[in-house]
Amino acid sequence: MAKIIIPTPLRKFTGGKSSFESNGTTVQAVVDNLVAENATLGQQILDNSGNIRSFIRVYVGDEDINELEGSETAVNDSSVISIVPAIAGGVN
Amino acid sequence: MTNQLLNITEEASTVMIEDAINAFPNECCGFFYGTESEEERIVTIARPVLNSKEGDQRRRFEISPFDYMKAEQFALQNDLLLLGVYHSHPNHPSVASIHDLAKAMPYFSYVIISVMEGEFNTIQSWRLREDIREFREEEVCWKLANRSQESEFGGSATSSHSSPHRIHQ
Repeated sequence: MAKIIIPTPLRKFTGGKSSFESNGTTVQAVVDNLVAENATLGQQILDNSGNIRSFIRVYVGDEDINELEGSETAVNDSSVISIVPAIAGGVN
Repeated sequence: MTNQLLNITEEASTVMIEDAINAFPNECCGFFYGTESEEERIVTIARPVLNSKEGDQRRRFEISPFDYMKAEQFALQNDLLLLGVYHSHPNHPSVASIHDLAKAMPYFSYVIISVMEGEFNTIQSWRLREDIREFREEEVCWKLANRSQESEFGGSATSSHSSPHRIHQ
């Protein structure tokens, strides 16, 4: 099963779990399975249409899915998916 | 977790503050790792990362998604918690800005280091409140080899336990 790493700030929405495994065959399917089991997490990472929010990046291994097939990127049993929030700021 | 004290070891404090000084007049940024209990968070490791912001890095920082992903992996591989993000405010106070608040994530401690004209000034830490989108300041203990330990609240190096600042949009 593909493994998805939950970013630390969002683990309170997964009961503290740092990872989740799913037999989904695409990134979207794995994310959908993750959200199905952790509904409040969905509000954090998906927009109202069920798509991954624009400020959330997703990697499969070391590759940004935007450089692959987006949310339809295929995954397999050895895939490690990372959810990555935007980190930025600065002075007023 | 209700802890409100961020206890930064000398080694980690030194990494953060030296990074802030070396990056001046630009903003530096990095991650820090450690453990937490009901009483406090203990920061044992700080690791600088590249400020990937395109444009004026004197007023903005950005961490690449790749560096963030590697930071999460580092925490898992070393059985540590990724406790937060630090960055500097060159020639500005260590008070969280609306830009800091705009991208803030829950749970993380956001350490800000003020550097004035290349000299370390103050250090403060901020955490997003759970009830409303607003920062609350958390108490910080830090150490440097050439300074005595200082516990501060409100960024002063000598006073302690002043009323915490609040930053809201």
